[in-house]
Amino acid sequence: MVLLVGTRKGAWLLHGDAARKTWRIEGPHFLGHIIHHLALDPRDRRTLLAAASTGHLGPTIFRSTNLGKTWKEAAQPPAFAKAPEGTTGRAVNHTFWLTPSHDKEPNAWYAGTSPQGLFRSEDGGDTWQPFSYINEDPQYRSWMGPEEGGTPDGPKLHSIIVDPRDPAHLYFAMSSGGVHESVDGGKTFAPLMKGMEVIADFDPANIDFHDPHCVRLCPSNPDRLYQQNHCGIYRIDRPSDTWVRIGRRMPKKVGDVGFSIIVHPRDADTAWVFPMDGTMVWPRTSPGGKPAVYVTRNGGRRWERLDVGLPASQAWWTVKRQAMCADRQKAVGLYFGTTSGELWMGRDEGKRWSCIARHLPEIYAVEAAELK
Amino acid sequence: MKVLISSPLYDYTKVSEVEAHGATLSEVLTDLDRQFPGLRFRVIDEQDRMRPHMRFFVNGEQVFELRHALQSNDAVQLVQALSGG
Repeated sequence: MVLLVGTRKGAWLLHGDAARKTWRIEGPHFLGHIIHHLALDPRDRRTLLAAASTGHLGPTIFRSTNLGKTWKEAAQPPAFAKAPEGTTGRAVNHTFWLTPSHDKEPNAWYAGTSPQGLFRSEDGGDTWQPFSYINEDPQYRSWMGPEEGGTPDGPKLHSIIVDPRDPAHLYFAMSSGGVHESVDGGKTFAPLMKGMEVIADFDPANIDFHDPHCVRLCPSNPDRLYQQNHCGIYRIDRPSDTWVRIGRRMPKKVGDVGFSIIVHPRDADTAWVFPMDGTMVWPRTSPGGKPAVYVTRNGGRRWERLDVGLPASQAWWTVKRQAMCADRQKAVGLYFGTTSGELWMGRDEGKRWSCIARHLPEIYAVEAAELK
Repeated sequence: MKVLISSPLYDYTKVSEVEAHGATLSEVLTDLDRQFPGLRFRVIDEQDRMRPHMRFFVNGEQVFELRHALQSNDAVQLVQALSGG
C-alpha cells in the first residue's frame, strides 16, 4: 500500500505496513516542482506518472517504471496543436489530471490540462497527442470560456473517467464547462448537464456557467456517478440523463460546496465529501474552522458528520479535488491532504481520523495505490 | 556560440554554460533541444511563444523575438523570473 502525494513543491510517497498503522515517508521527488497529480498504473502496479510544472518552466510529465527510483521525462508532453498562421493558439499551462485507460488498453492514459484540453498517450505516458476533436472544436471552445476568465489557477479539464465495462464509454468534466460523455471512444462527446445548477440568476442552459469540481464513477455500479460541483453535490443513475442534487440534505450551516468527492470501492450507496465555506467571498476553508468529512450511506438521502480525531476548532484548511481518496482494503481507509500540508487517514471508513504526515507543502493530490 | 543556462535547466544541461549553433534564437533553442531533449518545451510553448516567466538575453540585452538574428560570437543567456513563495 502506498500513498502518492503531489504538492505545490514536489511529490512524496508514503509506504504503509500491512495494517496501515505505520507509514514510511519517502521523498521529495522533484523538489520545487508543482506536482498536480501523481498516479500509479493499476495494470502493472509499477509505472508512475507525475504531472509537473514550475512557476516559470513549461509543463511536463515524468514517468517511472520502478516506483520512483528513477524518472524519465516524457518525450512529448501534452501540447495543443500549433495554431494556423495569423491566429492565436492555446498553450498548455499544466497537466492537471491523469487517468489510466481501460484494462483492455494497456499503456494507454488520458490527461486533462489547464487550460481545458484532453490528451491521450498510448505508450505509457511517453508521448501524448490531443484526443478527440474537442480541443479545437468551436462549440467546445465556447463552452470552455475564455482562458483569462477562468479560475485563478487556470480553467481545468478533470475527472476523466473510463467505464470499466467499455473502453469507448468516457466521461470528463471541465471547470468551467460542464460534464461530457462519449459512447464511441471519443469520436463524439455530448454534454450531460440536466439537473445541474449554476449560481443564482445565471442561465443553466449556458454550459460555460457550469462548474463541476469532481466527478467519480462507482466501481461497484458503473451506472452511478457522484459529483461535487461549485453548486452542490449530485448523483446520477444512468441511463437517466438527469443529475439529482443530493447535497440539499447536508446541514444548512455546512452547505454542500466543496472540491472533492470519493466513492466506496464496493458499495455504490456510500460516498464521502469534504465541505468548504462557499459563502460571501468564498473563503474555501473548513466551515467555521471545524473540518469534517461527511458520508452518505444511502445514495445521498442522509449525511453523517465524521470528525473524530480532526481538530475541533481553528483549523482553516481545505482539501483540493484530487487530494482525497479511499483505498480498497476490507476495512476501507480514507485519506486526504490539506492545503496546510497535513495528510490525514480515516480508519474504518472515516470513523477515526489521525494525522499521518505534516509539514508538507500545500497538498494538491493524494492517491492510494496497491503494489504488487 | 556560448549559451549561459540558469539553474532550473541544469537537469537538462548539467552545467551552466554550453555551446550551441544557429543563425537565430529559435535555431539555437532547436540546437539546444537536440543536445538536451525536452529543454525547448520548458522555455518555449507549442505556439512558439516565450513562456511568460522566461527571459532571453543576447550580449546582455533582453530580446523578445525568436527570430532575433545571432552572430557566432554572441553570448546568449536563458534566465527565469522567479516571484512569490
